[in-house]
Amino acid sequence: MIGGLFIYNHKGEVLISRVYRDDIGRNAVDAFRVNVIHARQQVRSPVTNIARTSFFHVKRSNIWLAAVTKQNVNAAMVFEFLYKMCDVMAAYFGKVSEENIKNNFVLIYELLDEILDFGYPQNSETGALKTFITQQGIKGQTKEEQSQITSQVTGQIGWRREGIKYRRNELFLDVLESVNLLMSPQGQVLSAHVSGRVVMKSYLSGMPECKFGMNDKIVIDKAGKGGVTDEVGKSDLGGGGSTSGKQSIAIDDCTFNQCVRLSKFDSERSISFIPPDGEYELMRYRTTKDIILPFRVIPLVREVGRTKLEVKVVIKSNFKPSLLAQKIEVRIPTPLNTSGVQVICMKGKAKYKASENAIVWKIKRMAGMKESQISAEIELLPTNDKKKWARPPISMNFEVPFAPSGLKVRYLKVFESKLNYSDHDVVKWVRYIGRSGIYETRC
Amino acid sequence: MEWANQLCENRQFGSKMTDSKYFTTTKKGEIFELKAELNSDKKEKKKEAVKKVIASMTVGKDVSALFPDVVNCMQTDNLELKKLVYLYLMNYAKSQPDMAIMAVNTFVKDCEDANPLIRALAVRTMGCIRVDKITEYLCEPLRKCLKDEDPYVRKTAAVCVAKLHDINAQLVEDQGFLDTLKDLISDSNPMVVANAVAALSEIAESHPNSNLLDLNPQSINKLLTALNECTEWGQIFILDCLANYTPRDDRESQSICERVTPRLSHANSAVVLSAVKVLMKFMEMLPKDLDYYSTLLKKLAPPLVTLLSAEPELQYVALRNINLIVQKRPEILKHEMKVFFVKYNDPIYVKLEKLDIMIRLASQANIAQVLAELKEYATEVDVDFVRKAVRAIGRCAIKVEQSAERCVSTLLDLIQTKVNYVVQEAIVVIKDIFRKYPNKYESVIATLCENLDSLDEPEARAAMIWIVGEYAERIDNADELLESFLEGFHDESTQVQLQLLTAIVKLFLKKPTETQELVQQVLSLATQDSDNPDLRDRGYIYWRLLSTDPVAAKEVVLAEKPLISEETDLIEPTLLEELICHIGTLASVYHKPPSAFVEGSRGVMHKRLPARTGSGESTESPDVGTAAGGSAPEAAPSIIPSQGDLLGDLLNLDMAPPTTSGPPPPTTGMQMGGMDLLGGGLDSLVGISHSVDPYLGGDIGGSPAMGAGFGAAPAVMPASLNAPVGGGLGDLFDLGGVGMPMGAYIPPKIVWLPAMKAKGLEISGTFARRAGVIQMELILTNKAMSVMTDFAIQFNRNSFGLAPAGPLQVLTPLGPNQTIEVSLPLSTVGPVMKMDPLNNLQVAVKNNIDVFYFSCQYPISMLFVEDGKMERQVFLATWKDIPNDNESQFQIKDCHLNSDAASSKLQGSNIFTIAKRTVEGQDMLYMSIKLSNGIWVLAELRVQAGNPNYTISLKCRAPEVSQCVFQCYEAVLKN
Repeated sequence: MIGGLFIYNHKGEVLISRVYRDDIGRNAVDAFRVNVIHARQQVRSPVTNIARTSFFHVKRSNIWLAAVTKQNVNAAMVFEFLYKMCDVMAAYFGKVSEENIKNNFVLIYELLDEILDFGYPQNSETGALKTFITQQGIKGQTKEEQSQITSQVTGQIGWRREGIKYRRNELFLDVLESVNLLMSPQGQVLSAHVSGRVVMKSYLSGMPECKFGMNDKIVIDKAGKGGVTDEVGKSDLGGGGSTSGKQSIAIDDCTFNQCVRLSKFDSERSISFIPPDGEYELMRYRTTKDIILPFRVIPLVREVGRTKLEVKVVIKSNFKPSLLAQKIEVRIPTPLNTSGVQVICMKGKAKYKASENAIVWKIKRMAGMKESQISAEIELLPTNDKKKWARPPISMNFEVPFAPSGLKVRYLKVFESKLNYSDHDVVKWVRYIGRSGIYETRC
Repeated sequence: MEWANQLCENRQFGSKMTDSKYFTTTKKGEIFELKAELNSDKKEKKKEAVKKVIASMTVGKDVSALFPDVVNCMQTDNLELKKLVYLYLMNYAKSQPDMAIMAVNTFVKDCEDANPLIRALAVRTMGCIRVDKITEYLCEPLRKCLKDEDPYVRKTAAVCVAKLHDINAQLVEDQGFLDTLKDLISDSNPMVVANAVAALSEIAESHPNSNLLDLNPQSINKLLTALNECTEWGQIFILDCLANYTPRDDRESQSICERVTPRLSHANSAVVLSAVKVLMKFMEMLPKDLDYYSTLLKKLAPPLVTLLSAEPELQYVALRNINLIVQKRPEILKHEMKVFFVKYNDPIYVKLEKLDIMIRLASQANIAQVLAELKEYATEVDVDFVRKAVRAIGRCAIKVEQSAERCVSTLLDLIQTKVNYVVQEAIVVIKDIFRKYPNKYESVIATLCENLDSLDEPEARAAMIWIVGEYAERIDNADELLESFLEGFHDESTQVQLQLLTAIVKLFLKKPTETQELVQQVLSLATQDSDNPDLRDRGYIYWRLLSTDPVAAKEVVLAEKPLISEETDLIEPTLLEELICHIGTLASVYHKPPSAFVEGSRGVMHKRLPARTGSGESTESPDVGTAAGGSAPEAAPSIIPSQGDLLGDLLNLDMAPPTTSGPPPPTTGMQMGGMDLLGGGLDSLVGISHSVDPYLGGDIGGSPAMGAGFGAAPAVMPASLNAPVGGGLGDLFDLGGVGMPMGAYIPPKIVWLPAMKAKGLEISGTFARRAGVIQMELILTNKAMSVMTDFAIQFNRNSFGLAPAGPLQVLTPLGPNQTIEVSLPLSTVGPVMKMDPLNNLQVAVKNNIDVFYFSCQYPISMLFVEDGKMERQVFLATWKDIPNDNESQFQIKDCHLNSDAASSKLQGSNIFTIAKRTVEGQDMLYMSIKLSNGIWVLAELRVQAGNPNYTISLKCRAPEVSQCVFQCYEAVLKN
């Protein structure tokens, strides 16, 4: 199991050092600093073995988190734990930065004591942790309160405490998708997939039982076959605005927050759960079929002699004309020996950024079924560098108000039998946001 | 926003905002000041002081001098302060054992506290204080806490047993804590169960035979129930424990799998991977024809793919594991090639791993896509990545035969870039391609030789030397090339030296006359001037072989090489099985068994996949118990992938086939003990035995060594064992099968296409006209090592429209050293193009290896048609009609036939005598010839008795043919 956990700043100074196992000595702290943080070459692996000690590290801005062990630990678990640790810290004091860590080091030690015992990760749900790790002392707690804390920390529903009350029961569903594309210069889709998340903010009283439904092909087909028209999408959730006329989508795979009853999903493909309070990620999913690619990038790069490049890029939006894409950014890489760039674009603003070796073209808004183009002349310094310019792909960023996978929320039902509110009393909001993931076109 | 958040948080924590100041005090009298503050009456000041102490401790300052003062602060009802003091205690108790005792009372008291959080805190901390005297006091509180009413205390106590066991194992056993811990597996609280499982698993690891976990269907059922209810971490503990269980039969195996599969949808990648581990292991027991088996296979793919959208570090872990899974069960991900395409922004460690998996998944179905990608990657920036991409192209060529040609041309393109490391990498892989497809791509050797000077890496130099040695007979200046390497012999790496030695010996065996000096030079360099025992030994072996029995030397050195395996870098199967049992763990990341990087007793035991058992048959062994010593090696199964080295030593392969995996797993400083299992050990063992053999004389040919070396690996290279060693030798002596009996008017067969130019295919032949049909008569000889099939022939357009009238009838495959005679009927209705010389014919012959081109000249006489006898009148008229410019005269010397004999002889070739005149003892024969394309040739042959020289005049409307016709006369008359 994890033998120790260290947090360093970018200079390699230790900010937090917690050792859980006797086989990890103080020298491990230095070994990592010398061999990884101060290593002359860039580190080529997140797992490093130094003198029979294994180091796992992740970086958050310029902070290094390193877990150390001498055993054959579950490596996936260690990384998951390190991410979780970052999440917990962020939930307590915001950004994981040197300043914040120094400001909260006592808290961090307390957290580390709680969520790792002898190197075994324990309950690390911030919802539960915040009930008893508060840096306020726990003097005032009654016996009932104490046992409520412990039963929540160890209980089956470790992510939610009892007795939550809201005057207005409300929930927000965000379907956040990132659409990824790799396209050949000829416009052939080399690979495309959508990875989506359903993020939920719930402000519900009591211990509500929720059921979430979407236009999952398997469910719809099953319902269709049985002749039963299941629960039809509720009107209050119907504001999706996806352009797709598809009835259902094929989901390649999905994963769920630990609150979801996996065995029930496995057997009935229904998503039921008792939600954590506040914001959390209900599920992640991935689709590869029938993806709506919101933009098409058509590149044209021409080398005019050895000292000049001509670039023309056309982008076409491919969705309902009534919808607007936002925050559009096209990044056209330029060779390292670029000496000057002249850009003309029809829409938005374009700039050559020498430090990033790219022309960055930004457009604030663009409606569907439109097209715009940029042309640039790139002057090159003559070099004797034999190696050809690698021509990195043109990448694109954007945000669209629909789900490129075609996913639609059909319903989210809330049952709380003990309290007197019903599904109808809950105010529900649904929003769809599609963003570019790695959206690249080779040129 | 971020800022506002922080502000808000800070307000919430009030004074906490100033915590960072503790890091800044570095004055000299610090310890002294702290001491005073710790003993202050004011609670706040005390707390501040303890915080400063902890901060100093964190940055590595020694604050152990403050021990008594800090411990004094322990008795407080401020939980925050208490925790800080405990933290201090855990750090320094070991260095101040006597004073640590002072804390015992407080611990014991806290274990009885009404607040479960404090009870748990006390028992948790006590377990971390590794002082004997304290552990003694720990036993009673721990016993109570294990049975505490509060699950939070119980789950903490469970872990504490593991802590105590780490300090004093005997004590834990004596106190009966293990039994209590076992009872906790049935606890009502899932988290207690999970922690108990974790603790027991850890303890069991250091007692391999204890049967501590005592997994049976009942306890498994409990674990599976807890699995649905506990935290994500608890699920991991339970799944990892389940993976150690061996189900009794396939039914149980299936039912566990069914209950584990839902975990594949968990958001936590570690839960998913641990579930995959259980499934991969238990699947072994399921009958393959079971529907459920294929369902399960299908269910495994999507979650594995999903892992690739996790954070990069987790992707790396996932990819290392997928690499194992793909080797074990390639069917799971065979359709998922695209998800492994490298993204421009992937971290380098993810890129390299993806590349590895792409090669494993490459197949005929997806090779085009893969190659396109690899070509793209070869232009990237990162050197390691580019090298690996180049290597990958070579590996594709070896793996997917259909792609070989494209791969080779891609590699040649890359060589043209002249980027140094790309060139070197390409040469290394091309060597392997030569091995895999002998006599097919050697045409590129010239290009390779151009780059000789730029090679500065041993592996590339060695590869190039191998190529030069292997194809010495095709490289005109092979001796010069090798000699140039010889100059700096002692500065070369061992790999290059060994290769150079062998290559020169090969060269000598192939061209003994010119290279005697060179071979003596290298042998003396190797045997007399080198300190390297391997080099010396090999030098002596060659020397002795060459001096005692050159034939044997040939058999050994030039023997047919075993095929190289298609799959590369395969993990040896026993190790692979073990690693499958370790999916998700460090072992699976390093691709090494835990014993290679874990010290002490832990991880020594080897895990194995369960064997398939029928229903009802029970295997009573939780395989946690398989001790290392006994059982591991015995299971060593059949295939040792790509371990050509041992045999290679003798057979001069030297470089292991493409095992040379490119850059090692990109972990810096990951130098772990050699654990090449079968590889290293066996190698050196057999290595010894073979190096002895030649000294013993007798049965050389390397066969004893071969037997030993490959006895274990029949599946990989059967050809090498069964192919007669003599085969290779045969073609050394049997040079060209000339001298077939021939018809009278048919020119003898000559070699049109030497084997050297055609990757081992030799073609000789001639043309004949039999019963009015033009025939091309061919002898095909296979002088290569591989079987040739799929022959076909085609002609280029030619002067008389010759074309094959049917396919080339080579029905049976042509084995090595086999010869076949074929005759191919020709028509004259093909496309026409004037050639120079006129009777030149360009031919393309194709077989399974390549397409070869040669040109030959046919005697024009075979185009003389049977109805070529002209009417006398017509002849006279025509003769007059054709302008005198078109007449040409030739001399035929040394012909001793009389005019009649000549006439009849010529008639056999469709040269018809129309009239004969005798003038002054000189016979004048008038002849006519009709070519297949309707051209008439008229001739006047003058034969003078007693004069062996004839004179011939030819007249034709197309005077170009005259020269050829004359040649025919000469040929016909003289034979």
